[in-house]
Amino acid sequence: MARAVMYNNIRRAKSFLASSALALPLMAMAAPGARAEGMPQLDFGNPYVIGQVIWGAGIFLVLYLLLSRSALPKVEKVLSLRRQTIETDLGIAHKAKTRADEAVADLHAARRKALADAQANVDKVVEEARLAAARQTEEMNARLAAEISDAETRIAQARTQALASVREISTNTAETLINQLSGIAAPADFVTAKVGSAAAARGL
Amino acid sequence: MMMIVAALLVLAFLYVGMRPAAVVPGRLQAAAEMCYDFIYNMAVDTIGVEGKAFFPFVFTLFFFILAGNYLGLLPFSFAFTSHIAVTLALALMVFCLSIIVSLKVQGAKFFAHFMPAGAPKALAPLLIPIEILSFLSRPVSLSIRLFANMVAGHVMFDMFAAFTIMLAGLGFFGDIIAVGPVVINVALMALELLVGALQAYVFAILTCIYLREAVAH
Repeated sequence: MARAVMYNNIRRAKSFLASSALALPLMAMAAPGARAEGMPQLDFGNPYVIGQVIWGAGIFLVLYLLLSRSALPKVEKVLSLRRQTIETDLGIAHKAKTRADEAVADLHAARRKALADAQANVDKVVEEARLAAARQTEEMNARLAAEISDAETRIAQARTQALASVREISTNTAETLINQLSGIAAPADFVTAKVGSAAAARGL
Repeated sequence: MMMIVAALLVLAFLYVGMRPAAVVPGRLQAAAEMCYDFIYNMAVDTIGVEGKAFFPFVFTLFFFILAGNYLGLLPFSFAFTSHIAVTLALALMVFCLSIIVSLKVQGAKFFAHFMPAGAPKALAPLLIPIEILSFLSRPVSLSIRLFANMVAGHVMFDMFAAFTIMLAGLGFFGDIIAVGPVVINVALMALELLVGALQAYVFAILTCIYLREAVAH
């Protein structure tokens, strides 16, 4: 690629040199006075001096007219087109940026709102869960309390029953022991009285 | 003929350069646009907003002189800007234009510029002739500056080239020493490229300054 560009440049340079070589004799012919001796430009008697001024004025005028009417407006047109294109593109870019900024702001607002909603939902759910848990705990506590109370009642009844049976069991046991140890049947009133006094001494 | 070549070169530069008229310019188009911007900024920065009207004139003047200066550097060619008749005609054109613009914009106030503001009235007999003389010397200095620079450059080329020929006639050592003036001429060519652009710039910027004074209220 670079080699091709180099060859292309060399070809261009060759064609430029060839055209220059052709142009130089033409230019020499165009300016025959260029080989004059001394300072010909100070020879004001030479009619070429006036001719040069008149030609110069004419050429300058034509150049001025062509430049001001045609060539320079062309450049100005391209430059203004470029300026316009750049301004339009910049405008579009600015608008796109504004839209993007608005979209980002909307996104942030939506995100904040979603976050707030989510937080509120979480708080609500947590509160509901907490209330449900508290309610459940209360219910359970009440149920447990009731069960404990029932159990205590039952235990008290069982105890009362058991205590009520203690004297009878003790009397029977004492009668049986006496009977088997001594072979004598102890009088029931005596045993009952002794067992009664022993139970009373133990707080039964 | 060289003026026609110069005019054609300037026109070709702009027409060929701007032919693509692309929004993203190529090298030649960018060069043409840079030249346009350079002269446009010079005219508007120096003259002011009114400079837009004079921009084509300043552009024509700058590139006509620049092309003339550079064409003179080619072999077998000659620089028409090294002719006092041409430079004086250009300078008188600028001078007349600035007077016409002054009279049109400022009217009779234009003549008040010959008496500097704030100067004692007693000095008027001395100051007014000096100011008039200084004003009238503008086209002279403008034309002689360009003419003298171009002539001096070409005379130096001629002198050093003549040295080479003379030294080459002195035998072997002369041949060796004769390389010196050739080297100097190469350096002078670089200098002349600079001087050619600089003198065109000076001519154009002074034109802008004169026109600024003309349009200033």
